[in-house]
Amino acid sequence: MTLAFIWTIQIILVLGLSPLLIGIIKKIKARLQSRQGINLLQPYRDLWKLLHKDEVISTDASWIFKFSPYLIFGLTIFLAINLPVFARLNFPYVGDFLLVAYVLALGTFFLALAGLDIGSAFGGFGSSREMTLASLAEGGLIFSFLVLAIAAKSTNIYAIAGFVSQASVFYLLPIILAAISFVMCLLAENSRYPFDNPSTHLELTMVHEAMILEYSGKRLALIEWAAYNKLFIFAALAAGLFLPFGLSFGAGIFGMLIYLAIFSLKILFIGVLVAVLESTLAKFRFFRLPDLLFTAFILNILAIVLIISL
Amino acid sequence: MDFSFAQILFFSSLITLFLGAIVSLCLGKNAKLARLVGSSFAIAGSALGLIAGSYFLISGEILQINLPLSLPGFNLAFNIDRLAAFFIILAALISLLASVYALGYLKHYKNNYNLGALGFFYNIFIASLFLVPAADNILLFLVVWELMSIASYFLVIFEKDKEENIKAGFIYFLMTHAGTAFILISFLLLSKYTGAINFSLMSATAGQIPPLAAMTILLASLIGFGMKAGIIPLHIWLPEAHPAAPSHVSALMSGVMIKMGVYMMFRIFTDIFPVTPLWFGIVVLIIGAISSLLGVLYALAEHDIKRLLAYHSIENIGIILLGLGSGMIFITLGHNGLAAVALTASLFHVINHGIFKALLFLGAGSVISVTHTRNMEEYGGLIKKMPQTALFFLIGSMAISALPPFNGFFSEWLCFQSLFSGANLGGSLGLTFLLSAGFLAFTSALAAACFVKAFGVSFLARTRSHEAEHAKEAGPAMLSGMGILALLTLVFGVFAGSISGLLAKTSLGLSSLAGSELESVFNFNNLQTPQNFSAVSAPAVFSGLLLAIGVVAAVIYFITRKNKVTANRTWDCGHDIRQGMEITATGFARSIIVIFRGLLKPTKQTSIEYHDDEMRYFPKRQSIDVGRDDVYQHFFYIPLKRVSYWLSEMAKKIQNGNVNLYILYIFATLIILLLITVR
Repeated sequence: MTLAFIWTIQIILVLGLSPLLIGIIKKIKARLQSRQGINLLQPYRDLWKLLHKDEVISTDASWIFKFSPYLIFGLTIFLAINLPVFARLNFPYVGDFLLVAYVLALGTFFLALAGLDIGSAFGGFGSSREMTLASLAEGGLIFSFLVLAIAAKSTNIYAIAGFVSQASVFYLLPIILAAISFVMCLLAENSRYPFDNPSTHLELTMVHEAMILEYSGKRLALIEWAAYNKLFIFAALAAGLFLPFGLSFGAGIFGMLIYLAIFSLKILFIGVLVAVLESTLAKFRFFRLPDLLFTAFILNILAIVLIISL
Repeated sequence: MDFSFAQILFFSSLITLFLGAIVSLCLGKNAKLARLVGSSFAIAGSALGLIAGSYFLISGEILQINLPLSLPGFNLAFNIDRLAAFFIILAALISLLASVYALGYLKHYKNNYNLGALGFFYNIFIASLFLVPAADNILLFLVVWELMSIASYFLVIFEKDKEENIKAGFIYFLMTHAGTAFILISFLLLSKYTGAINFSLMSATAGQIPPLAAMTILLASLIGFGMKAGIIPLHIWLPEAHPAAPSHVSALMSGVMIKMGVYMMFRIFTDIFPVTPLWFGIVVLIIGAISSLLGVLYALAEHDIKRLLAYHSIENIGIILLGLGSGMIFITLGHNGLAAVALTASLFHVINHGIFKALLFLGAGSVISVTHTRNMEEYGGLIKKMPQTALFFLIGSMAISALPPFNGFFSEWLCFQSLFSGANLGGSLGLTFLLSAGFLAFTSALAAACFVKAFGVSFLARTRSHEAEHAKEAGPAMLSGMGILALLTLVFGVFAGSISGLLAKTSLGLSSLAGSELESVFNFNNLQTPQNFSAVSAPAVFSGLLLAIGVVAAVIYFITRKNKVTANRTWDCGHDIRQGMEITATGFARSIIVIFRGLLKPTKQTSIEYHDDEMRYFPKRQSIDVGRDDVYQHFFYIPLKRVSYWLSEMAKKIQNGNVNLYILYIFATLIILLLITVR
């Protein structure tokens, strides 16, 4: 019963707050560029508007194109269950980090197929770039989880969060290294600077937007919302795994509310971090991106070596 | 001598297959009859073999038959323990479905080829795949091993009108016999030092083999069986031979035959030898890591769909060896609980790869049978022409890319877990495990990229050629063969826990793990590794994903049911969109190839032809040829050829045709032999 209750809260958190996180990031970026920027609630309005619009589907599209948005959005709900929001929860069947990484890969797989399905030159190149970046980012992502897993002696995300909250100073350096590479993978997986420009709609070098160029109406809403959710999921993972403070407030309804407030602050912090990073970095040339992703991977190897050899 | 029911089943399956071989050879002139009879006998024989194998695996009963012959070192000894039964099940399952598929697939050969001969070699090939795991005597084993190699050689050169097939067959023939030479060395030494001629009797005394001999045996069998399994750098025959064979045979070769090399590695490294030296386990692990990463990179560079799949076999053999290698290291270090997990991962991936690779080859076969080309650049848009084939190929692609909830995910998950536990050991050994896990992470991610390419370019967007435009869905026999395999990828995913439990029993039955406890939990609900390091529940993953996607679809349908949907052309900046504007398979993978150019050595040749040779202003035709430099040819096989030529030249010098000289040689040899023996 509590399990179902907690899962419901996590799903509502992810689906409900992810557009707000995007709004905040956009607002901060705009302010840093001396613009007024959009209203914080604009992403909600966009989704609402898109859900009520009619849709145009390419005659070249097959069921892959039509089905992918549902799948990709469904996966974010599945991932919401696997988040370390309430680290006290100890249910062994969910929260394995490899499962999280591969469910993310499943979403990328279908997104790339949908990009190819409509047969435009944009979609194909977007898919090609997306799969290139995703296949290089996966190693870094899995290994930044692995750093924590080896330290915590468990690959379960809840167990890891519980461990990191009480970890001795000994583990500080490896955890910082893993956090740096996790942030790099976060930027890559969510199509953010320096990997991709999230606010472009027609640019020859675009990645994510190129794949979803043909979507409109409700399917575009789903794809966009799923992308918001994905960023929120990464932020929640970072908050749960690398910033696990305030877990002790978990008891009772009142404690839970305080805990949720702290959790939201942590998400906000990560949002600010992403916005500042994006505003201070230029987009990299495509063939320089692998260097970044390999760096993320090697930082993790270094972190693990620090743990296992000491 | 009385036989149990399962034994009778096993031998009647062999008799059925041999009978099928002879009958279809006799029917060679009648293509239709030969097709039906050849495949039906193969179906019946495989079904019997499947039942017998499942009985031996589940009950744990061991079939042991030993009929001595009056030949030295040779007897008709069969021994089917759980390990052998598992590989017989693999062979029977895949050959059953490939034969169902063949009923329809062989139609497109019409009367150009002798289908009777195909049926003959096909049935013999399946029978040999059952006999290789069952054979217990070393000489009997070599006989059935050769039978397997030769039958598959004739299947590779079946389409003998194409010159490249003959060449592919020759490379295969050469390589497989070079491998057999190494196998022979290893067997002779094994038999000399253990004093036994049957595998099942060797493990008792194998512990006392002196280190140098043990090293030679292990290395020779790694090379010999690795040649068959297709490990890098001994893989060069694989991307030539597998594409050349008819697709249902490719499915058997890739899904089953190369696993027979893995079977003997299991037999020798973990069953006959109670413990292998630590360095040897590390060698196997490193070969696995390298084969998996390079295999997938080479696959990315291909646009021939069957060569692409063949390179993926190399990748998956690498993953299987990652499991086997870590299992061997754990056994050496005495971590038997971890070793059981690693060997289970390896065996699980053996059968999973068998299923999804067969599915993919059959899918490729039905595409090839309507488009008459293996070049993916000429497919496109087939999902609208062949919807079921496309769905099955997509399921296979997802399984091989290790995406949940299909079977590939769970065996790679187990493989990852054993590498992670190895990394926990610390030190330089831990680092080796860690880097192998890194290779595996990149491999599976690149495999996903490769199958987005393979599926997307072949089946999605618009058709790219006249043949693809007129493609039709495959017939019912072909679809049912593929459909059952596609279902199996899901079933083996959802029941991953139960199947791993059965395979864990198999690995605990190996003599090197005899008497060990399984420290992990493998049941329907749960896959859990020792010390509760990690756990995942396959049915929970499946139902969770299904539920999440279902709820989203239902809710969105309800909210937006009044919205209109209109169909229109794809937008491309106001241009008229044409076929040439879709991305090609070569283009899709180009950025990854450029990133890994240090390993892949891509080559590029441009040529240009002008309307007018003097002015050279107006190009008539421009072409670009992208390929890959074959480093194995340049740095390994061509030098090897030079050395063997040189040695032959040297050997020629002692033969000058003078009879007196030859008599001198005989005399000298006699003297030397006398000196050695009389001493």
